[in-house]
Amino acid sequence: MEKMLEIKNLYVSVEGNEILKGINLSVNTGEVHAIMGPNGSGKSTLAQVLAGREDYEITAGEIFYKGKNLLEMAPEDRAREGIFLAFQYPVEIPGVTNTNLLKTAVNEIRKYNGLESMDALEFLSFLKERMKLVELDQSLLSRAVNEGFSGGEKKKNEIFQMAVLEPKLAVLDETDSGLDIDALRIVANGVNKLRSKDNATIVVTHYQRLLNYIIPDFVHVLYNGKIVTSGGKELALELEEKGYDWVKEHAAELAAG
Amino acid sequence: MIENTFEFKHWFTENFEQFISNLNGESWESVNSLRREAMVNFSNLRLPTVKDEEWKYTNITPILKETFKPVHAKSTIPKDEIEKFLFDDKENILLVFLNGYYVEELSRLKGVLKGVQIGSLAAAIKGNSPLIAKHLGKYADYKEHIFTALSSAYSRDGAIIFVPAGKIVESPIHILHISDAREEKILNLPRNLYVLGENSQASIIEHFVSTEESTYLTNTVTEIFLDRNAVLNHVKIQEESKKAFHIAHVGVDQERSSNFVSHTFLFGAELSRNDYITRFNDEGGECTLNGLYLIDGKRLCDVHSTIDHAMPHCNSHEHFKGILDDESRGVFNGKVLVRKDAQKTNAFQENNNIILSKSALVNTKPQLEIFADDVKCSHGATIGQLDYDALFYLKTRGIGHEKAKAILIHAFASDVVRSVTIENSKSHIENILIQKFDKNLN
Repeated sequence: MEKMLEIKNLYVSVEGNEILKGINLSVNTGEVHAIMGPNGSGKSTLAQVLAGREDYEITAGEIFYKGKNLLEMAPEDRAREGIFLAFQYPVEIPGVTNTNLLKTAVNEIRKYNGLESMDALEFLSFLKERMKLVELDQSLLSRAVNEGFSGGEKKKNEIFQMAVLEPKLAVLDETDSGLDIDALRIVANGVNKLRSKDNATIVVTHYQRLLNYIIPDFVHVLYNGKIVTSGGKELALELEEKGYDWVKEHAAELAAG
Repeated sequence: MIENTFEFKHWFTENFEQFISNLNGESWESVNSLRREAMVNFSNLRLPTVKDEEWKYTNITPILKETFKPVHAKSTIPKDEIEKFLFDDKENILLVFLNGYYVEELSRLKGVLKGVQIGSLAAAIKGNSPLIAKHLGKYADYKEHIFTALSSAYSRDGAIIFVPAGKIVESPIHILHISDAREEKILNLPRNLYVLGENSQASIIEHFVSTEESTYLTNTVTEIFLDRNAVLNHVKIQEESKKAFHIAHVGVDQERSSNFVSHTFLFGAELSRNDYITRFNDEGGECTLNGLYLIDGKRLCDVHSTIDHAMPHCNSHEHFKGILDDESRGVFNGKVLVRKDAQKTNAFQENNNIILSKSALVNTKPQLEIFADDVKCSHGATIGQLDYDALFYLKTRGIGHEKAKAILIHAFASDVVRSVTIENSKSHIENILIQKFDKNLN
């Protein structure tokens, strides 16, 4: 077990509003961390900052990833080093097919790591094998990225991309929201199959539901830009039972420990 | 400016009689009277300035600073110098024009059906072809357009294509207009005439290239007549030298239920002006005008179109896209005229632009003039930058900034390219785009 991610006293502003107010979080290889919290607590901001969103301003704090200063790395280099963000709202890219995106991405990452490009046939059979993980319809391969996809297809497509890119640290931003129970199971299954002792996952979610399928090692509750409490998987159940109002009311005492 | 204007016009008016006498019976009197009439128009018309609404954003002063002269003699170039302009080695029909003149030894006419005429306009004029008297000067107005008047007065050669009723020309007709200017300030005047008879069909690619990055002026006019039910697939690829000037006028007359599908790709020239003027002379016609302009540096590209819905039950679709970098300028003016009797017209127009730098600029103007009351017409114009969210999304997948940009620009252009139905020209265009954007990509 090695230290993978270390967030120290992170403050982030978006368009002049302070969203994250001193986040501390440590993630080791092999672990699954869930970050829960009410809407507007800063969950997605944290996810986007990890991926390298440039218009979010880091006003204080540090992030280390595999011992390197993450904040000095361009978004593409973070991805090449193994960070993957499954977007809450996957972006539609007309004119670029799923296959082309993934082929370019895989080869860019391979080039960065000093590996040869995959040839077209090898790549296609790899894609097809990975599609099975998320039970994605094959026709989506030749369609433009996320364009005209249903909500569920978009989320499955994110997990499919993750399966292809084989990240070390996956950040799933509300991947469960908007999914029906069948799609949720498929997505969770995909994530579980990709878990290993060498990688780590951060699951950002509003609901406990997903955590029935992806069992976290740690649960953190984010409220008003801070992690107000952390615990094991039972914390998620407690949260489900008591609701976020409980967090809001007891934020001060929870933070005090 | 006034001095330049005077000099530019003066040379052509001064030398016109000499030009006519030099033609030496190469031209019949019917054509000569067209030339004379056009010359009168040319001398009476004023060269446009930015004070003219139609030329508001396109200043032609740079053209007038040079003295471009027509070339009087045919020339040729080695065969291997044209290889790079060809789509593939399987092309059956290729017409090569060098500085405006037909070069027979570089052209190919394989498997041309009986009755179909494909060749040189000069030869057709010399042979007193009835097509000339019937069609030349009929579809591109030289009474109002000064550069078209100049073409009508001075043009000697170009492509002529006649497809008789019921014939289908399967092979795409590739017309290569090569400028080989070297140090000379030459004026190329290719004049083209395509006549498609009833129920006939053809695919024509007009392809403008140059042997080197030199300064010259191409002033080209293409006249197209589509008889009932005729179908013409038209592609224009303009890859002129980046120092050249390109002025083009395509005039189209469409008879009942004919279909004109045109795709224009504008990559070259310091300044280019592209006029499309199409008319529906009867019901049931279809007209598609799609295109892409892709420019950088301080270059300017101007597309002006007029689709004249003179008759009911016709459909037009127009979609131009622009990609502008550096300090380039784009101009799009799409006029759709729906006349009083043109009920049940469908006319759709769109112009989308992407600006890649802080200093590039586009002036886009939809101009719908609708006098009928039972029509469906729409227009839209957008000018934007690359989508930040899409760029970020690609980067989070490990794709570098430059490559992500290239992918998005290429994707933006690709729907215009995809709608091209002439396969060999489509892959040529694809290759140009790949060279421009994706050279570091693989």
